[in-house]
Amino acid sequence: MFGKLTWQAIPLNEPIPLVSGLAVYLLLFVLIVWVLAKGYGPYLWREWITSVDHKRIGVMYFLLGSVMLLRGFIDAIMLRAQQAMAFNAPGYLPPSHFDQIFSAHGTIMIFFVAMPFVIGLMNFAVPLQLGVRDVAFPTLNSVSFWLNAVGAFLVTLSLLVGEFSRTGWLPYPPLSELRYSPGVGIDYYCWAIQISGIGTVMTGVNFVTTILKLRAPGMNYTRMPMFCWTALASNLLIIAAFPVLTATLAMLLLDRYLGFHFFTDMYGGNSMMFMNLIWAWGHPEVYILVLPAFGIYSEVVSTFSGKPLFGYRSMIIATMAICIISFMVWLHHFFTMGAGPVVNAVFGIASMIIAVPTGVKIFNWMFTMYGGRVRYSSAMLWTIGFMVSFVVGGLTGVLLAVPAADFQLHNSMFLVAHFHNTIIPGVVFAVFAAYTYWFPKAFGFVLDERLGKWAFWLWFVGFWVAWAPGYVVGLEGMTRRLQHYDDPQWRPWLMLASVGVLIILAGIVAQVAQLVVSIRTREKRRDRTGDPWDGRSLEWATPSPPPAFNFAVLPNVKDQEPYWDIKQQARQAMQLVTPEPEYQAIEMPRNSPTGFVTAFFATVTGFALIWHIWWLVILGLLGAYVTFVVFAWRDHTEFVIPAEEVARIDRANRAARAERLRELAR
Amino acid sequence: MSTEVLRAPPDPYHLGHLPSAADAPPQSTGHGGGGPAPKRIVVGYGFWIFLLSDVIIFASFFAAYSVLFKATAGGPTAQQLFDLRNTAVQTAFLLLSTFTCGMASIAVGARSQKWTQIALLCTGVLGVAFLTLEAREFASFVARGAGPTRSAFLSSFFTLVGCHGVHVTAGVLWLGTMMAQFYAKGFRTDIRHRFLCFTLFWHALDIIWVAIFSLVYIVGTLPPEFLP
Repeated sequence: MFGKLTWQAIPLNEPIPLVSGLAVYLLLFVLIVWVLAKGYGPYLWREWITSVDHKRIGVMYFLLGSVMLLRGFIDAIMLRAQQAMAFNAPGYLPPSHFDQIFSAHGTIMIFFVAMPFVIGLMNFAVPLQLGVRDVAFPTLNSVSFWLNAVGAFLVTLSLLVGEFSRTGWLPYPPLSELRYSPGVGIDYYCWAIQISGIGTVMTGVNFVTTILKLRAPGMNYTRMPMFCWTALASNLLIIAAFPVLTATLAMLLLDRYLGFHFFTDMYGGNSMMFMNLIWAWGHPEVYILVLPAFGIYSEVVSTFSGKPLFGYRSMIIATMAICIISFMVWLHHFFTMGAGPVVNAVFGIASMIIAVPTGVKIFNWMFTMYGGRVRYSSAMLWTIGFMVSFVVGGLTGVLLAVPAADFQLHNSMFLVAHFHNTIIPGVVFAVFAAYTYWFPKAFGFVLDERLGKWAFWLWFVGFWVAWAPGYVVGLEGMTRRLQHYDDPQWRPWLMLASVGVLIILAGIVAQVAQLVVSIRTREKRRDRTGDPWDGRSLEWATPSPPPAFNFAVLPNVKDQEPYWDIKQQARQAMQLVTPEPEYQAIEMPRNSPTGFVTAFFATVTGFALIWHIWWLVILGLLGAYVTFVVFAWRDHTEFVIPAEEVARIDRANRAARAERLRELAR
Repeated sequence: MSTEVLRAPPDPYHLGHLPSAADAPPQSTGHGGGGPAPKRIVVGYGFWIFLLSDVIIFASFFAAYSVLFKATAGGPTAQQLFDLRNTAVQTAFLLLSTFTCGMASIAVGARSQKWTQIALLCTGVLGVAFLTLEAREFASFVARGAGPTRSAFLSSFFTLVGCHGVHVTAGVLWLGTMMAQFYAKGFRTDIRHRFLCFTLFWHALDIIWVAIFSLVYIVGTLPPEFLP
């Protein structure tokens, strides 16, 4: 009846996952009860859960990423604590649990923190920057989000029911095959990633179509903001790379569920094929995350230096070069496989070449700052912190790209320090910069700058204290994922790394405090003009927060920095230069529960597949099909915002801007 | 922001259905000139992009198949298993179904409910016939001890060809839904857009079958001296 699911699946004898899992679900339960008791339920359902508005979906992605960041960070604290204690001692985590934690940490941080953050920011900003009203397929966008949330939910559920993968953030066979991992950990991993992966591919389809087919009049390719360009590159990579992940995990699942022999190393199976396939996705994935981050830095640097982005066209070329070369370097993840000197040399050189366009970008950002009137706000601090730190991460990457050196450094802490050094300053700092930068646009008030700067400095110092030791112990021969060790040389460095994690923790506390303080004093912090940073691209032409339709009339773009151009003219003339347009009614897509309902059935199907409950699988799939048919059967898919309403909202926006001009004139 | 009211540019795709400039938002090719592209272009384009991602899934399975082609683990080889006659009939069914699917497009263009339903029904019947032959082939392999668990070669064969079969099955389900929608709701714009996507999907499956037919079945039955 319930497949492999029995009461044994609840880890009653392991207090840590049990208590933390119960705490998470208790918190979720209390939150739901609180929401319903306060009567917020209908509002949440109407305005958020069923919303197909790209801005709201973006905010929900960001929330998902934030919650999972806390979870992944708790894992990090546990890992560091274990290694601080486990010198010639067993520590407090048994190996089977320690292995689950490092697997969960990596899986969560990449798939359910970095990806939702980056996709959420693209959702929020790209249509606004392109000067359009929504993405190409708004309901599909909602489905994508909810499928991502299902993945995160399943990973969290593994705390309480069953176990999680123990093979690291990528399930390398033959260890991940049924023979060596008979539990449900790998199945949790695979189905969570498969379901959220479908959502990610649909996001890719949606955004490529949006960026290539839906842009404001006059928005040529060479007038698109850099963030849109990097989002385009990132989504092209999603379309080309994520299906490979889906196919690879499907093969692993067939091995595990139906006894196939893709990677079993028996009956002709070949486990090295898994490494090749998974990294054919895995390396582009790195750039899927970091390219939008580069776009964010470009926006921030140019805005806070008060200058157009230096070398705009070279930036585009660098972005697209990275987009293509990222598919030609995957083998550097396993030089030690023994593919031979020629193959290793080719991939080593390609890996070094990919550093060149990245270097171009660093110089472009530096030259953007050069001669500019730089404002050192917290968004800018994150960006400068990134530039300083990322160069080190990039250079250690070039070191690892030398096959001979890689034979020494493979799977060492040096490697782990390298990729943390690229992902944390590269992606995480960008997310925080964008959070500060676009928060007023999303919510209508500015975040507290003083606490924001505290957060930056604590994260920056904490990151280096936590990960500089990684390079040292790596060179001293420490391999990754050690549950305990006996080399006294490493001990002081690992203690230092634990201190670093605590400093980062203080940074996170500062961020939470920043949010709380900012919300409580929001009336003082209102962004009345919609343009708090003296911005240059079109999102700043809308009020904060923007109306559902973003633009009352689609802007006519004549310049690479359309809003800056309009603003300059208005400043010179000391009045709004554009006459009031003729307002027309706007058709907008209606909200739809399709995404949420699909997610419900995906959760049911995923859970049933993990535990081999076949009747429930069929029921879940049937439910998903019925949902699609019901969605397709709708007769009214759009609603109309009348012209008077559009006029009222836009007049308020124009009045706020005229008022600002008068203030400037005084 | 510049707020001059824009006139709709001439219809660059010659779709012929653009409303006049007065009551329509500015639309164009989406190449950057005159604003967002029309809905039909956006839907078709988006579906093309989705198909590309689907093709990459197949590409991964093709790659696995070619890596594992010789990994028969002492079990039956492609040469011993494949029956080209059966595959030829399958291919004929699928290619014919593409033809009837094209006829359905024409019928939809002519707004003929009767011919749309007939052409779609033919497409569906041919699709089911294809699937039946495929299922029989799979069953006969399993009966001869050549199931997917026998060797890595057979694992990859069943996965690649089976993935195509799953796609055709999904296509048949979609086709039934389309027939019901045309019947219940007529030739509404959004349903025609959806039908456009369906035809793209069906034709794409055909193209993938041509690749499977040539790279799996024909190459698999070549005499050994022709193989690398």
